[in-house]
Amino acid sequence: MMHTTASSHLTLPTVRAKMSAHLSYGRVNLNILREAARKELREFLDKCAGSKAIVWDEYLTGPFGLIAQYSLLKEHEVEKMFTLKGGRLPAADVKNIIFFVRPRLELMDIIAENVISEDKMHSPRDFHILFVPRRSMLCEQRLKEQGVLGSLINIDEYILDLIPYDGDLLSMESEGAFRECYLESDQTSLYHTAKGLMTLQALYGTIPQIFGKGECARHVANMMLRMKREFAGSQTQILPVFDSLLLLDRNIDLLTPLATQLTYEGLIDEVYGITNGYVKLPPEKFAAQKKQVEVGKDLPTEPKKMQLNSAEELYAEIRDKNFNAIGAALSKKAKIISAAFEERHNAKTVGEIKQFVSQLPHMQAARSSLANHTSIAELIKDITTSEAFFDNLTVEQEFMTGVDTDKVNTYIEDCIAQKDPLIKILRLVCMQSVCNNGLKQKILDYYKREILQTYGYEHMLTLNNLEKTGLLKPQTSTRNNYPTIRKTLKLWMEDANEQNPNDISYVYSGYAPLSIRLTQVLARPGWRSIEEVLKMLPGPHFEERQQLPAGLHKKRQQGENRTTLVFFLGGVTYAEIAALRFLSQMEDGGTEYIIATTKLINGTSWIKSLMDRPEAP
Amino acid sequence: MAFITANWNPLGEAFYRKIELYEMGWSLRDGLKDCLVAAAPYGGPIGDARPQLEIYSSSGTNMASFPWKSGPVRQLGWTVCDDLLCIQEDGTVLIYDLFGAFKRHFSMGNEVVQNQMLEAKVFHSPYGTGVAIVTGASRFTLATNIDDLKLRRLPEVPGLQGAPSCWAVLTQDRQTKVLLANGADLYILDNTSCTPVTPPGLSPQACSIVNMAVSFSYKYLALFTDSGHLWMGSANLKDKLSEVDTKVRTPPKQMVWCRRPKSQQPSVVIMWDRLLLVAGERQHKYTLDEESVCVAELDGVRIVGGSRHELLQEVPSACQDIFKIASMAPGALLLEAHKEYDKSSQKADEYLREIKEQSVLGEAVRQCVEAAGYEHEPETQKTLLRAASFGKCFLSNYPPEPFVSMCRDLKVLNAVRDYTVGIPLTHTQYKQMTVQVLIDRLVYRKLYPLAIEICRYLKTPEYQGVSRVLKHWACAFCQTGVNFLDDMGPIMSGENQTLHSTVRTSYQRSMVTYLKNEMNRGDFFMTLRNQPVALSLYRQFCKHQEQDTLKDLFNQDDDHQELGNFYVKASYKEKKLEARLSLLQSAVDEYNKAKNEFAAKATEEEMKLLRFQRRLDEEKGEALLGLSLQETLHALLTSNFHKQAEQLYRDFRVPDKRYWWLKLTALAEKDDWEEMEKFAKSKKSPIGYLPFVEVCVKQHNKYEAKKYVSKVTPEQKVKAHLAIGDLEGAAEAAIDRRSEGEISTVLSRCSPTTDRALLERLNRARSTASKK
Repeated sequence: MMHTTASSHLTLPTVRAKMSAHLSYGRVNLNILREAARKELREFLDKCAGSKAIVWDEYLTGPFGLIAQYSLLKEHEVEKMFTLKGGRLPAADVKNIIFFVRPRLELMDIIAENVISEDKMHSPRDFHILFVPRRSMLCEQRLKEQGVLGSLINIDEYILDLIPYDGDLLSMESEGAFRECYLESDQTSLYHTAKGLMTLQALYGTIPQIFGKGECARHVANMMLRMKREFAGSQTQILPVFDSLLLLDRNIDLLTPLATQLTYEGLIDEVYGITNGYVKLPPEKFAAQKKQVEVGKDLPTEPKKMQLNSAEELYAEIRDKNFNAIGAALSKKAKIISAAFEERHNAKTVGEIKQFVSQLPHMQAARSSLANHTSIAELIKDITTSEAFFDNLTVEQEFMTGVDTDKVNTYIEDCIAQKDPLIKILRLVCMQSVCNNGLKQKILDYYKREILQTYGYEHMLTLNNLEKTGLLKPQTSTRNNYPTIRKTLKLWMEDANEQNPNDISYVYSGYAPLSIRLTQVLARPGWRSIEEVLKMLPGPHFEERQQLPAGLHKKRQQGENRTTLVFFLGGVTYAEIAALRFLSQMEDGGTEYIIATTKLINGTSWIKSLMDRPEAP
Repeated sequence: MAFITANWNPLGEAFYRKIELYEMGWSLRDGLKDCLVAAAPYGGPIGDARPQLEIYSSSGTNMASFPWKSGPVRQLGWTVCDDLLCIQEDGTVLIYDLFGAFKRHFSMGNEVVQNQMLEAKVFHSPYGTGVAIVTGASRFTLATNIDDLKLRRLPEVPGLQGAPSCWAVLTQDRQTKVLLANGADLYILDNTSCTPVTPPGLSPQACSIVNMAVSFSYKYLALFTDSGHLWMGSANLKDKLSEVDTKVRTPPKQMVWCRRPKSQQPSVVIMWDRLLLVAGERQHKYTLDEESVCVAELDGVRIVGGSRHELLQEVPSACQDIFKIASMAPGALLLEAHKEYDKSSQKADEYLREIKEQSVLGEAVRQCVEAAGYEHEPETQKTLLRAASFGKCFLSNYPPEPFVSMCRDLKVLNAVRDYTVGIPLTHTQYKQMTVQVLIDRLVYRKLYPLAIEICRYLKTPEYQGVSRVLKHWACAFCQTGVNFLDDMGPIMSGENQTLHSTVRTSYQRSMVTYLKNEMNRGDFFMTLRNQPVALSLYRQFCKHQEQDTLKDLFNQDDDHQELGNFYVKASYKEKKLEARLSLLQSAVDEYNKAKNEFAAKATEEEMKLLRFQRRLDEEKGEALLGLSLQETLHALLTSNFHKQAEQLYRDFRVPDKRYWWLKLTALAEKDDWEEMEKFAKSKKSPIGYLPFVEVCVKQHNKYEAKKYVSKVTPEQKVKAHLAIGDLEGAAEAAIDRRSEGEISTVLSRCSPTTDRALLERLNRARSTASKK
């Protein structure tokens, strides 16, 4: 296991073989990308000869866990790991201390403190910094001002733009991307996006077609085209894996993330929050599965941490189902597993028994996986069957279908009066505003006043941010174009089939995410059919072609699917991913989707990233 | 390799060679005929004024071109900072940058305006770039440094009418002087006096000195007489080096020294219409097939013609040693040994043994490394360096530095010599001018990525290297006012492929910081205003680092909304209430200016609340300060300050609904059921009575809850009954209302074992309801 010290606690995944297998299952082998990232990390570690300790910017441990686990670090003489914090570094008998940090000025001050207090001790250790994802002159300047720049032997950058998250999913794990792009006009993350896409093209070939919608999408495409010009000549001779790239701004579809996701994975995220592929669950439900010996002991208090990805067969099967279909799926699975165990009675010959035994580990894993998910499903069911959940969902669906979006909503009023969590209120009010293309000034002011009086005047800054990003706005024209958009794109499907879906609207039990509808229409029949609606959404839409080197033009086999990379700038939800996976699996779909994003979000984490909380003295 | 000596020509003991640097990229219709041309030393740019002023790189790439609209230009020249000087007849000097942008102008004084200028010369000295002119009144005026303009009028020259037959500017004993010839007489003019001088041993046949040339270092002087004699000697006129009879009596068009440090055979290059003569102790003639211009360099002469650009120089001794036919110098042997080694021939060993026996292997390596520096062709450089590296293997203590630094230097030189950059520096010049100056010159040419790449490659300290480049870049970007990112495209696409740039967004931040330190604040803000990307980055920076600057920035922009927000944020950091209130007042003022009525009002409310809380905290010992209005009301209601709560409720115009909710929950939490009942009866509840039921249930008081069930509206009856766990009642209500949905809800709560009768009733009712 991990070597951690008493002063810090860090965890990176330790299971090795399993860690990356799920990346190579999909249409595109994303393991290549992961391997490239690992190679670079090894090279840096080998630059610092001798034993080493890594001091982590804690934020980075999650994303790094998706790339490399402790065993890799250990192979390269990493003996200790600490969390970055002020004061003196913990004692460790190593030759090198390596700081893995984001380029943030405040972190430089901490490093300086570490380095300065170190000098007073006896055994000198070598210091190095690895900036993730880019080194920054401002930071180096700061280190110089603090007088420690000279003590740092290696200063390097580790370009970690797109991290393989699952077999069909890439994420930059950049929490602030939406806020930076749409609130602070800081386009750094767009630059990283473009860089990441260039890396991707270096490994998987030039993407011949680029489509996009939105200001940021336009910006990223421009940067990519320019970078390509600059690198002309050093082009890779790789047969393109992706046929097209679709860049989508999050702000063309502000509605989707506000709605409560109703897929299994989406709900896990809504209720417990999934970070870097892991979820922490209340331990009570899992206690019973522990060994018999432990029964009777106190219930565990540490939350149960579980990794969620397609490496787990059962999870891959059920994650994208509507939650209402989960019960049936789990019980079907239970029957299959017990039938498999029953097989042992039929095993008569030694050969048969041997075969049974050889399958045993797999079956046992399946059984424990089933037990886990049954517990999770129960936890979630407790919530989805509650009245509060139902009432909230009813209001959401009313808004999405355009019912009374121009009036003060009684449910919201009641929730405020009872001081429900602020984020819940904000999600609902924003949703009403988006579905009504802005609220009448009087109604908007009323909501705002209710919020300020109930939750405190300091939230004025947050409300201001929401207005700046367009999530909350006063109605400027009397015309509300949301109904037109809803009707043209068929965003609301009355008869959504949750059990055996025939349309993407199953992921929100009726609401088809706008972003995914745009993706679907682009594949067939093309955006020309919806020009009018595209004009109603913010930002330009465009198409660019990238020249391929001669001889690399793909000759498509009869019936072979196209592969499209969809990049969500500013975040994507699990339900949207589920909808895209559904489209990939449709028999007559003709397109398979790989998904990339700046960050996996849900309404809560998204709104949270836009909140401003002035710290009290 | 076999032809490396093909362009060598012997001149006494030494050899001279002419290397082609570039085939010119310009397309001049008549070559350089009738052009006024000035080319800068150290492989600098070329300026050319005809009706059109054009600026080219040394490879003939056009950098600027515009029609000349000012007065007639008599002389062009380049400054040490790569600025172009255009000297007009009236003594006005106009300064342009490399890209033809006008920078400034100055005058050479009133006397010039009156008498007009006859001739001018631009010269360089340790003090900078200077200009010297001679006027129609035969008087000289001098400015030693155009950046610190001090005009000096030199004393009169006795007997001089019009322009002298020839003249030159030299720097001696830290003084700038003019050497001039009037017929056969030679004078030195300094600040105070005009002294006649005689060159020792000047051929007596001469009646007039028609041309003169001072060497690059101001140490040597060459005089050309009407009798065709060339006199060469020291510039202080104390020693004579030699004198040759060129047998050409026509006055030359141009005459320049061609020497190199440690020259074996210094010579002067004299140019006539179709002839180029290299004259030292011996002479060598080249024919010229096109109009050309000579540019004196530290270690040779560049000859710029309409189609070619060449370098004429004495072959450095290291190269002579190695490449001279049948040379047995250590370097030559080593090169030969390596050649054989490449062919896997045992002769390699033979040669190597020979060198080692003489113990000159070190010398051989040194020669090869040095010679590589003098060669222009990368292939030849490589061959020599490989041989050196091969030789090094057999030496145990040979220091690696010379080899390594030569490799680095050559990489840099090859990059800047590239056609697209067009700076044909020699290694000697490069060492003389230093990396810093080279970086500057790349910066003047806006070749920022290349400059940065070189700094990185040579590991130049940040403040001298990358940072400095970025500063210039940032300034240039702000001056042009072009969107930063878009600006980068063309700059970078013109770049040498191998020296690719990684410069981009992350540097936007640094750029902004550098600008900030460079400019005064007002200018800086004004500059940023037109740069949305830079501005938002700077705001981000300030948000984390410099709060006060942020405020100034908003002030400058009259961004009252953001200023208001700024004060609100600041108020939360303030511990003292008075200070906090005054910050909030500032916020109110700003919001008012921003016409944000809502924010202004809300902030006023906040102040009112804070004052109210303080008063109550003081009077009653409560701890309300910092709570929200809702929390304050709740606290008041639970502590029985009903009067004060009522007052707040009215003052803040709290909606009835919310106030009822508040009071209801507060009473329930206190278990004040009596008061609750009174409250319920006080008037018709704006929130209905279901909340009463629910709140009581939440406090585990079903008994109280039941009291309110009857008051609940029919639509909410089912919910109310269910809340108190009264399935029967709920069923009754649902069946009454014949609502399928409500019946189902009740059904889902029934247990199949204990509520069988009820289940049947409900199922029946549901089927009737659904039939309807």
